Amino acid sequence: MSSLVWAVGDGMVLAKRNLIRTLRMPDLFMSSLIMPIMSTLLFAYIFGSAIEAPGVSYREFLLAGVFVQTVVFNSVITGAGLAEDIQRGIVDRFRSLPISPYSVLFGRTASDLANNVLSLAVMVLAGLLVGWRIDSSFGEGVAGLLLLLAFAYALSWLLAVVGLSVRAPEVVSNASFMVIMPMSFIANTYVSPEGFPGPLRVIAEWNPVSAVAQAARELFGNTNPAYPPGDTWPLQNPIVASIGWIVLILAIFVPLATHRYRKAVRR
Amino acid sequence: MTAAIVAQGLVKRYGETTALNGFDLEVAEGTVLGLLGPNGAGKTTAVRVFATLIEPDAGHAEIAGLDVVRQARQVRQTIGLSGQYAAVDEMLTGQENLELLGRLHHLGRRGARSRAWELLERFGLTEAANRRLKEYSGGMRRRLDLAGALVARPKVLILDEPTTGLDIRSREATWETVGELVSAGSTLLLTTQYLEEADRFADRIAVIEHGAVLAGGTPDELKDQVGGHRLEVTLSRPADLSRARSVLASVAAGEPVSDAEGRLSVTVAAADGVLVDGIRRLDAAGIEVVDASLRRPTLDDVFLALTGHIVETPTESSSEKEAQEVVR
Repeated sequence: MSSLVWAVGDGMVLAKRNLIRTLRMPDLFMSSLIMPIMSTLLFAYIFGSAIEAPGVSYREFLLAGVFVQTVVFNSVITGAGLAEDIQRGIVDRFRSLPISPYSVLFGRTASDLANNVLSLAVMVLAGLLVGWRIDSSFGEGVAGLLLLLAFAYALSWLLAVVGLSVRAPEVVSNASFMVIMPMSFIANTYVSPEGFPGPLRVIAEWNPVSAVAQAARELFGNTNPAYPPGDTWPLQNPIVASIGWIVLILAIFVPLATHRYRKAVRR
Repeated sequence: MTAAIVAQGLVKRYGETTALNGFDLEVAEGTVLGLLGPNGAGKTTAVRVFATLIEPDAGHAEIAGLDVVRQARQVRQTIGLSGQYAAVDEMLTGQENLELLGRLHHLGRRGARSRAWELLERFGLTEAANRRLKEYSGGMRRRLDLAGALVARPKVLILDEPTTGLDIRSREATWETVGELVSAGSTLLLTTQYLEEADRFADRIAVIEHGAVLAGGTPDELKDQVGGHRLEVTLSRPADLSRARSVLASVAAGEPVSDAEGRLSVTVAAADGVLVDGIRRLDAAGIEVVDASLRRPTLDDVFLALTGHIVETPTESSSEKEAQEVVR
C-alpha cells in the first residue's frame, strides 16, 4: 500500500516536471492550444458548409468528432515524450533511482491528461462560439467530456508502448501517424459510415473511435436522425462499448508499457 | 577490506556482438577504480549492469553486497550514477533538476531544496541556479550531472566517462570536482578513455578490451608489468643516431627506439645512476645531447604492451559508436 502511495507521489513530481517543460516550450504549448481551435473552426466552416442536412445541424454532429480526433492525435505526445527522455539519457537516470516503474509512466500519462483537459476546454469554447451546444443535461455533458478524457488516457498508455519501443522521438510521430490518421478518419468522426464501401464500413463500425464519438454525441444530446449511428452493437450501445474499449486498452497496455520501461535504455 | 563492487564472469550479448565476455572486477570500499579501455570495449555495458539498467546474460554482480538483479531496488538506493551523456533536463533550471532528483529520492520538499542548494554551492553553480540547463556550458552541465548523482549521498558512485566530449577547460573543471569527491573518500568506479584521467584519480586500474579485463593493478604495478624505466635522449645532430645506439647498448635492457628528429628511447634495467652514466658515455664519444630524461612508462606504454595497439584519441563520432554498442 505504502509503495503505491510513493509511486503516485513520485508520479505527481514527474508530472509536474513534464508540465513545466511544456510551458517552457512556447511552440509546443501554443500548438496544443491552437491546433484544437483550428480544427474546430476549420471543420465547422469547411465541412459544415459543404455537407447539407435539411433542418438539422451538421455542426452539432461534427463537434464530437473533432473532439475525439484531437485527443487521439494528442496521445502521440506521450510516446514522443518518452522516446525523447530515453534518447537524452533521462530514463537511464530515472531507472537508476529507487522509484517504481509506474511512477515515470504515471507521471507521463498524467501530464498528458492535463494537456488533454486544456485542449478539450479550448475546443468546447470554440465549439460554443460556432454554435455547438450540449443539448442534454449538465451532468451528461460532463460525463461526455470525462469519457473523452478517459479514452485519451487509455490511448496514452498505448502510445507509451510505441514510444518505449522505437529508436527516436521522430519515429513515434511518423509511425503512429500512419495508424492514427486512418483510424481517426475511417470512423463516424465526420460522416456517417453508412455510405463507406464494404470493408471500410466494417472497420468504421467496429473502430473504438466511432464508439467514443457516438457515445459523446449521445451524452451531449447531439444525436440526429439525419445521421443514424449504424446497426452494429458497439454503435447501438456506444457508452458501454467505449468503456469496454478503454478498459481493454488499459488492461493490455499498462502491463506492456511497464514491461518495456523496465528494459528501456538509451540507444 | 570489503568489496564495494564485485563482478564475476559477466556476459552480455547483443545479437552477434558480445559486449561483455567474462568480465571480472573488484573494487574495495573507499577506493577509486579506473576502468580504462577504448571505444566499444564494454565499459558502458559494465556500468549499466552495475546501475541495474540491464541484466547480464551470465555471471553476477554485487554493489555493497547487494545483487544487482535480485536486489535491484536496494542497489538503486546505494548508487549514484552520472553518465557519459549528461542525463539532466535542459528545460529545467539547475536548481529544479537537483530538487527533482531529491524529491524522487524521497528527501521531501524541504529536504530536496536544501540538498540542492548545498550541492549548487559545492559545485560553484549558485549563480547559475535559476538558469535553464540549455544555457549552461558543456562543463557546467557535466558538473550539474555529477551533483545529481550525489543528491542521495550514495555509498558507491559510478561515473561513466565524465569528461568525454568536453573541451580542455571544462575537462580541467570536471577533474577538480572529481578530485574533491575522491579526497572525500567515496567509492568510485570511473570509466575513461583517457589514460591521464585514470592515472590521476585511480587507486587501481582495470584495462578492458573486447568485454573482458586484460590486466589490473595499481598504476605503478601496471607500469612495472610493462618493464622498467625508459631513458630518452635527444641528440643535437640526428646524424649521430647510429653511433649513439651502439653507445647506449651497454646500458640498455632492450633494443633502442629512435626517430628521425634525433630522439632515442631505450628501456633500462636499473634506474640508479643510469641517466648520468648514459650521458657520460655519449659525451665521451663526442655526441652532443640537448635533452635527456629518465621516465617511468606511461599508461600509453601499458596499453600498447597489453593490447598491441595504441589508444585512439576519442572523437565525437567514436563516442556515438559506443552509444550504439547497446543497440546491436
